[in-house]
Amino acid sequence: MNRLLRSINVTELLRPLGHVLAFSCGSAALMSLIAVSLALVLDRTVVGADLLDRYNVTLFTYTMVNLPQVVIDGLTIGFVYAAIALGYTMVYGVLEFINFAHSEIFAVGAFVGVELLIALDATGILAGASLVMAYAYLILAILFGMIAAGALAVTVERVAYRPLRGASRLVPLISAIGVSFLLQDIIRLVESLTTGQFNRIMPTFGNFDGRIIFGKLAMGNSTITLGIAIKSIIVIVAAVVMLVGLNYLVNATRIGKAIRAVAQDRKTASLMGINVNKIISLTFLVGGLLGGAAGVLYALKFTRIDPFVGFFPGLKAFTAAVLGGIGNMTGALLGGLVIGMLETFAGSYMGVFTMGALGSEYKDIFAFSILILVLIFRPQGLMGKHVVQKA
Amino acid sequence: MAKFRFSFYATMLATGLALAVCGSAAASEKVIKIATQSPLSGDQSAVGVDIKRGAELALEQLAGPLTEMGFKVDLAPYDDQANPDSGVANAKRIVSDPQVLAIVGHYNSGVQIPSSEVYHTSGLANISPANTNPKVTTRGYLEVNRIVGRDDVQGVVGADFAVSKGVKTAFIVHDKTAYGQGIAEFFRKRAEEIGIKVLGFEGTEEKANFDALLSPVVAGNPDVVYFGGMAFQAAVLFKQARERGYEGMFLSDDGFDSSDAAKIGGKTLIAGGGTFYSTVSGPASVYPGTAKFIADFKAKFNADPQPFAAQGYDSMAISLKAIEEAARANNGEIPSREAVTKAVRALKEFQGITGTFTFNEIGDPEKAQYFVIQVKSADPNEWSSNEVVKTLDIAPPK
Repeated sequence: MNRLLRSINVTELLRPLGHVLAFSCGSAALMSLIAVSLALVLDRTVVGADLLDRYNVTLFTYTMVNLPQVVIDGLTIGFVYAAIALGYTMVYGVLEFINFAHSEIFAVGAFVGVELLIALDATGILAGASLVMAYAYLILAILFGMIAAGALAVTVERVAYRPLRGASRLVPLISAIGVSFLLQDIIRLVESLTTGQFNRIMPTFGNFDGRIIFGKLAMGNSTITLGIAIKSIIVIVAAVVMLVGLNYLVNATRIGKAIRAVAQDRKTASLMGINVNKIISLTFLVGGLLGGAAGVLYALKFTRIDPFVGFFPGLKAFTAAVLGGIGNMTGALLGGLVIGMLETFAGSYMGVFTMGALGSEYKDIFAFSILILVLIFRPQGLMGKHVVQKA
Repeated sequence: MAKFRFSFYATMLATGLALAVCGSAAASEKVIKIATQSPLSGDQSAVGVDIKRGAELALEQLAGPLTEMGFKVDLAPYDDQANPDSGVANAKRIVSDPQVLAIVGHYNSGVQIPSSEVYHTSGLANISPANTNPKVTTRGYLEVNRIVGRDDVQGVVGADFAVSKGVKTAFIVHDKTAYGQGIAEFFRKRAEEIGIKVLGFEGTEEKANFDALLSPVVAGNPDVVYFGGMAFQAAVLFKQARERGYEGMFLSDDGFDSSDAAKIGGKTLIAGGGTFYSTVSGPASVYPGTAKFIADFKAKFNADPQPFAAQGYDSMAISLKAIEEAARANNGEIPSREAVTKAVRALKEFQGITGTFTFNEIGDPEKAQYFVIQVKSADPNEWSSNEVVKTLDIAPPK
């Protein structure tokens, strides 16, 4: 027992937690600073007057009072993006190839988890479940989603990518896009044939829809209730656990060492007795497991899923991976949080700052402009290292 | 050997040709087709499929007079996927089939408007069971008719209702489609006229994550959140707003009228200030003529009719009646599309199950009914028992 405890590498458990904390606080502080200074500047202008007229509150107060909620929302979606981004980044790290089918693997995870819960709901188990059992069912659904998505990721690698491994880099990329379309339509077909409908709704059970209330803030004519939805906490906790687990796997175990070796130099790794194919399959498995779990969490948070549900989260998670430096796991975490924060801040404040001219519908402009800026000025991403092209 | 093979192919070809000739000979025994277009797959299929089913039922029950005249009347259902591109592509296929004499169609105004340009250029009569955007008829096309009310009235009905509930402030969200944005703008205009303060007016195509959009909504704590658009978005938005602690009233439009809303929103629709929607189509049970329709529909499809199924039935009934009149005028021969188009407008006081219809010079019904309905149950199976809180008869604006 003592030996087992001693064999746990505590640094590798604490380091990612430190990253999570630092990145969350950092991005939240930076975005808040920008929002608040903008508010201060705009407060004396016509924008402030307009808000005063409609909400009976100054722009500065409005911004401050809404800040905690916006940060919580940004963190929640940021962690979802980070969990998906890890799938992109792991595969890229090992194969230098962008697995565009990852967004559909995410969707499959979501569908398997939600279908399981719908089936349980139909038997009436969910409605009468105690709190402990409700969490057990949710964890069961997440596990099912993970297993299905992980198995699918490994299959896709075996069928669509491995035969192309010797080909030029464009070929597996196109294969990945093909797989992505194929999977979308397979989900649609299977769901239409079995349920007659391919938009599925997450059943309501347990206390996930409830909120923990911190307090009330008076603002102008109304009061703002400060609180966090229980499902947001679940999403954040689950994502952090996965991030820490993955970091531990890669940086503190023998398997992780093998993965890193394959990422560095596939040929030499195989000369050192590492089974490269097995390690690559394992990488896809891990990416798929994370994607599947993220899918179920996404469905839990946002209620409704359809076969195309993976597209936008996938695209944004990919952006996050590139932003952080693709191939770098810490970078994926940072990128996910930054994109999540940016989009939530933009969506929440843009309407007010522009007097309704640009509403939250334009929030994605920011995420993708940042991507373009990063690609221009720091092509290797925020945390990526500049590497010379391998021969 | 080669020669034998050639003669074998020749025989095959000849047989095929002969069969084809027989086939077209059989078809020439006066076949009339009536097309339907509605979303049969996707987010809005619950309502779209039932529009088609309503039309199908009407065809079965009311094609009698035409069959007696020696016609064979077929239904040609098309799936527009609630998507303008698919709608227009289908429309082109529909008009290129000379046997199609009328089209019952579209659930979404955004799909009907471009598709009906195609019907218009080829003179095909279009009876709409559900499209409410004013532009559907204000283009003044002879071919286009609808049997329901208009959004420039429906938006006003919604705003007036809000005021009657003591609403002082409103936040308006729409889905950026011709329909959703259109009705939201009419709602806003009327709301501002009658003294409701509009805190915000936002469009969104988001289907899942409304967190960012909801910040200004919840911060303003408006008396009512209005959504112009369809149930699959509105219900998710409403649910997330409640989860963020919004306690006021929700108000939406006839796009909200689908049991999917209860499936998604569940109890959150009943909580707080409750959920209301204005519509041009009451639950089938509010119309005096629909008792038999509901019974027949249940017997045939084993489900309660969704909203607009009865309108699908009436639209088909009007098409059949017009074709019958036009055929009689044409000595029992297949009438031209133009004759059918004119016959639709010439119908006076047509007795349908959802009302009595006479079309005005642009194709609006001379009087349309508007309802405001309150969601009463979180159970999707109970959707058709939602309570009608207000009924109005209003003529279309000039």
